[in-house]
Amino acid sequence: MEAPVVELEQAVVLAGRFPALAGLDLEVGQGEVVLVRGPNGAGKSTLLRLCAGLTPLKSGKARVLGHDLAADTAAVRPLVGLLGHASALYEDLTVEDNLTFWSRSAGPGALSPAEALELMQVEPRLATVEVRRLSAGQRRRVSISVVALRRPRLWLLDEPHAGLDAQARDLLDGVVRSAVDAGATAMVVSHELDRAHALADRSVAIVGGMAR
Amino acid sequence: MISVLRSASLVLRKDLLAEWRSRVVVGQILPFSIVLLLVFGFALDPDRQVLEAATPGLFWITVLLVSMIAAQRSAAIEAGDGATDGLRLSGLDPAGIFIGKTLAVVVQLVLLEVVLALGVTVLFGRELGGWLLLVTATGLATIAIAAAGTLGGTLTQGLAAGQTLLPVLVLPALVPVLLGATQAWEAALSGQDGGWGWAGMCGVVAVLALLLGAASYGSLLDEG
Repeated sequence: MEAPVVELEQAVVLAGRFPALAGLDLEVGQGEVVLVRGPNGAGKSTLLRLCAGLTPLKSGKARVLGHDLAADTAAVRPLVGLLGHASALYEDLTVEDNLTFWSRSAGPGALSPAEALELMQVEPRLATVEVRRLSAGQRRRVSISVVALRRPRLWLLDEPHAGLDAQARDLLDGVVRSAVDAGATAMVVSHELDRAHALADRSVAIVGGMAR
Repeated sequence: MISVLRSASLVLRKDLLAEWRSRVVVGQILPFSIVLLLVFGFALDPDRQVLEAATPGLFWITVLLVSMIAAQRSAAIEAGDGATDGLRLSGLDPAGIFIGKTLAVVVQLVLLEVVLALGVTVLFGRELGGWLLLVTATGLATIAIAAAGTLGGTLTQGLAAGQTLLPVLVLPALVPVLLGATQAWEAALSGQDGGWGWAGMCGVVAVLALLLGAASYGSLLDEG
């Protein structure tokens, strides 16, 4: 039996002095798409950032892709792809500049900028446009392309459908499904439950920093 | 993990490209530096001898002031819309990121220094000479200023008062560089002895700032 991709045991993460995650237990298996749902402030985004190695674990145990997060964060980070609320794009660079930088940063095995843009059907004319001139939806498509070009083994998607039109939402779901079919795993935080349920294999509810 | 050199070259290219696309140095920092030189010139022009004697100090004060803007700009590139998270997840070596960002600031400062050097020649009437010492001291001082500025910019970027804190934090640390570069320039321009010792002092600060930045940049990114 394969080890879980995400394995949290009594995980506690602090936001200031207060626990954002208060003893969370969670297992996510290889090839699963897990919907993480819950009210605002429940700790869903914190959970994704913990799994990405961007937020430190205060206590408990956390293993991601076989690595202990407390001891080996640097090994985890290049293996995950996080689509957060922010675009994580450089405003003054063009779309192509951004994708070239992130593609080269990801090392061998990454998609080329053209391949990444094709995934989300970003119009070719936008390649030479600075990111600050893009609409919110166009930015979101480019951000998803950046996550996809790294070929992450664990996709962490925070409100991934926000700001996307119907066509782009379908494209995103297809991209995630293809990645999972190729062996990746995904955790999706969403308030758009109908669409997210259709994408996910199962769901987990988080309330007050704990799984319910 | 991607190697230090590869990380540095990728970040250097990216930051220079961001500058090329936004034209902040050419459109804002360069005009500001020329205005500073003109203000110094107007203030001291009645006594031409004082102006000529003060040329090295005025040049380096101008470089220090504009370097704070360049450092803030360098930090702001990463601060925009979650780009720092992307860097942390990228697998780029943190020391390489720091070196790449420092080199990008060095390139921008060197361009500014060339224009400023022409400016002090024309406006202040001070002819440049002693080129080997002049160029060496300028190079070492520029690396020290860029490394300290990059470090300070990253340290203060997440703070509410970061823009005002940066010069308060970094300028005092760069007093030895201001002193060393000014004295080395004075020695080079007047043909006096002792200039190499002052240039060496700039070199020591440059090495210390580079080592400190390379060692701490990963932690600073995580804390930001």
